[in-house]
Amino acid sequence: MNIRVTEPQEIEVWLENNLMRVQKPGRYVGGELNQVVKEWSSTPVKVALVFPDLYEIGVPNLALTILYEAINQRPDALAERVYLPATDMEDLMRAAGIPIYGLETKHPLGQFDIIGITLPYETLYTNVLNLFDLAGIPLLAAERHENHPVIIAGGHATFNPEPMAPFIDAFVIGEGEEVIHEILNTYKAWRSRSGSREDLLYSLLEIPGVYVPRFYIPHYHSDGTIQSIERTTNFAPATVYKRVVGRLPAPPTRPIVPSIDVVHNRIAIEIMRGCTRGCRFCHAGMVTRPVRERSVEEILHAIRQALQNTGYEEVALLSLSSSDYSQITHLVERVSQEATQQHLVISLPSLRIETVSVELMDRLKGKRQSNSFTLAPEAATDRMRAVINKPIETQQLLETTQAIYKHGWTKVKLYFMIGHPTETLEDVRAIAEVSRQVLAEGRRIVGRRASLHLGVSTFVPKPHTPFQWLPCDTPEQIQAKQRVLLESLKGSGIKINWTDPKETLLEAWLSRGDRRMAEVIYHAWSLGAKFDAWQDHFDYQKWMMAFQRANLDPAFYTHRQRSLDETFPWDHISPGVRKAYLKQEYLNSLQGVLRPDCRLRCFACGILPTYKELRRQYPGPHWKCPEVPVHARA
Amino acid sequence: MLQRFRIDYAKTQPLRYVSSLDLQKIWERYLRRAGLTLAYSHGFSPQPRLQQAHPLPLGYLGAHELIDIWLEPAVELTSTEVQQRLIATPQPGIEINRVEAISLEAPTLAKQVTAADYTVWLLDPVDPKELSQRVSQLLNASSLPRERRGKVYDLRPLIESLSLLTDSPSNLVGLQMRLAAREGASGRPEEVIAALGFDPFAVRILRTRLHFHAPSG
Ligand code: SF4
Repeated sequence: MNIRVTEPQEIEVWLENNLMRVQKPGRYVGGELNQVVKEWSSTPVKVALVFPDLYEIGVPNLALTILYEAINQRPDALAERVYLPATDMEDLMRAAGIPIYGLETKHPLGQFDIIGITLPYETLYTNVLNLFDLAGIPLLAAERHENHPVIIAGGHATFNPEPMAPFIDAFVIGEGEEVIHEILNTYKAWRSRSGSREDLLYSLLEIPGVYVPRFYIPHYHSDGTIQSIERTTNFAPATVYKRVVGRLPAPPTRPIVPSIDVVHNRIAIEIMRGCTRGCRFCHAGMVTRPVRERSVEEILHAIRQALQNTGYEEVALLSLSSSDYSQITHLVERVSQEATQQHLVISLPSLRIETVSVELMDRLKGKRQSNSFTLAPEAATDRMRAVINKPIETQQLLETTQAIYKHGWTKVKLYFMIGHPTETLEDVRAIAEVSRQVLAEGRRIVGRRASLHLGVSTFVPKPHTPFQWLPCDTPEQIQAKQRVLLESLKGSGIKINWTDPKETLLEAWLSRGDRRMAEVIYHAWSLGAKFDAWQDHFDYQKWMMAFQRANLDPAFYTHRQRSLDETFPWDHISPGVRKAYLKQEYLNSLQGVLRPDCRLRCFACGILPTYKELRRQYPGPHWKCPEVPVHARA
Repeated sequence: MLQRFRIDYAKTQPLRYVSSLDLQKIWERYLRRAGLTLAYSHGFSPQPRLQQAHPLPLGYLGAHELIDIWLEPAVELTSTEVQQRLIATPQPGIEINRVEAISLEAPTLAKQVTAADYTVWLLDPVDPKELSQRVSQLLNASSLPRERRGKVYDLRPLIESLSLLTDSPSNLVGLQMRLAAREGASGRPEEVIAALGFDPFAVRILRTRLHFHAPSG
């Protein structure tokens, strides 16, 4: 777009004249509690941190909260926040030539030195293109020069960076806490020698965990699969391993407290990172290994400080599998002591399906606890559970839900997935059967007040998981399964929510896309696709047209069984877990072989050899992989 | 121990675009940070006890807003202590003018509001003479039918006074008005601006004062 205004003061004036014309103007002004405003002209390095969706989705994001605090603590750098405007605001901004700006000082995005974008999921991609356009920044990395900001993206989706590779200068693979400082230092050194953009990109190559896509060129076989990834310089590592920290640093305790209502109005404290369960569908479980815990004391200290700094009355203790936190009972006891004193609401998501979880939650139940309890069985037959490696017996699920109703919760939420590999209609019907049993028990225990909600999502095979070789169900198959489920639940009084199969397709195309997919994303955006994560915005037709324009077949990405020796577009990016391990796990799933929690026995997934030096530097039980003795040959 | 305080505060720029519902939440968090323990209502879902005198719409600034808070402190607090704690724990967008201890039995403010004073600055350039003419025309009208949210109503009786601002601190042209603020009969300044024929969105509105029936307890 054509930018007509460049001064922060002019932007402020325009805002005052226009904010009352848009919905929720509080999204666009900043000024919240704990915002950090630094002197623009005297701070050498200016970073814009972007969550490419609306303010209320972006503010609670933990990754950006961590980076915001880390950058602003440096005297030589500042971080401001940027979120995407809703369409009503965007239209006004475009009409007036107002660029997208940082909330803290209202400087246009194009005036920052570094733009850091978090991409936790794929449906944000078109928003990133829209962001650049709203800033007047060329969309393609190759078209940007020394005066443009350097654009760096990270987040779970970037473990396959290829679909966004032409738009991004560098990706950070893995955890950002340490690498952010290395990037800022590299940037400063580059600027003091007044180097070229090329020079900067070369220097970024030297930072472990940073992937600079322009030094890698994919070559394709005639069938469209990858033949090889060519490196255009020997400085570019053949494989970019993700960054991990040896010990989790203290959690941020001074988060921005938004003045308007956002998706999560609470303190979020990560109690542990990584997961050892090894559910085969789970992308997060594979890419966030190894498991590292924070101590109970550290968590309590952080909670106290954050309460003091925010005034929130809700605390969420986050992890991928709370029950697996080794001190969970002790933690819950200590936290609940604080909670009863102060009217706090504590949430502890991702609990295992066992009666112990109910007892834990019961201790946390204050005066103002929600009346619903959530569990994620994911599948309803033993066969299916063995395929996905999440073995929970139906009996155990029933006992747990009984305990939930007995302890006074009236609403149970169960998350299931359909479209699992090898799933039959029988497996789908079993979801309905189990659910009916759960509700029947609930009614027996608490009467008519008992309710059951099902969240039924659709499985999407993700890169770096044991299911990365598999096709996913077609929308017709999914619709058929949804119909079966609906029919078998008829008259049961069970509420059910599911995702639109077409939206699932978008996630599936993008998550296992190659670099050619960038063209599809570009065309989709230019046809007007944005906010694809929002049901009311997602437009399937635009994406189909985009595939046509790019001359690519969507089914190639979604409905194709990959051969075991295929090179994937993301094979040069490694989460530390080896492809050979994933392959073994894939074969295990076909045979219904279970793999128990790897804290009981290490299955050599690849994490230890990759990070053995780090493990040596950080010995101790906070890290759940075995210790590496000083002379071990791992 | 239960204590009730009345706080006179200004709602300033950082909180200009919050609704009165959001403001309620902001106050709850503010008091918690300041170590002032709010009393909770009884019942199925206990709510913290605090009450705004009159909701200030999103987009407005306020010079003297009033809120009543019910505290349950461990030891009795004086109004000065409450004020000191609030000032020591700043909340962007809230400036404390005064804190007053009031009787638990004092009637709620909300029921006693009768009118409110506003200062409205026009953000677009306006000729003061032109404005002054339109103001007299409007005041001379016997009725001003307007539509809001699909309902037709008469704005004229809701305008108790309206005049040009003589000493505007900025270089913007401003108006001063007193509008009725009774239940079911409440005037909105941007409606007056629209009735005067100006863009009702390009304004800065400051509520300067609330008026009450009886001397409030
Ligand atoms: S290295 Fe072993 S213990 Fe560590 S995550 Fe992998 S399988 Fe588990």
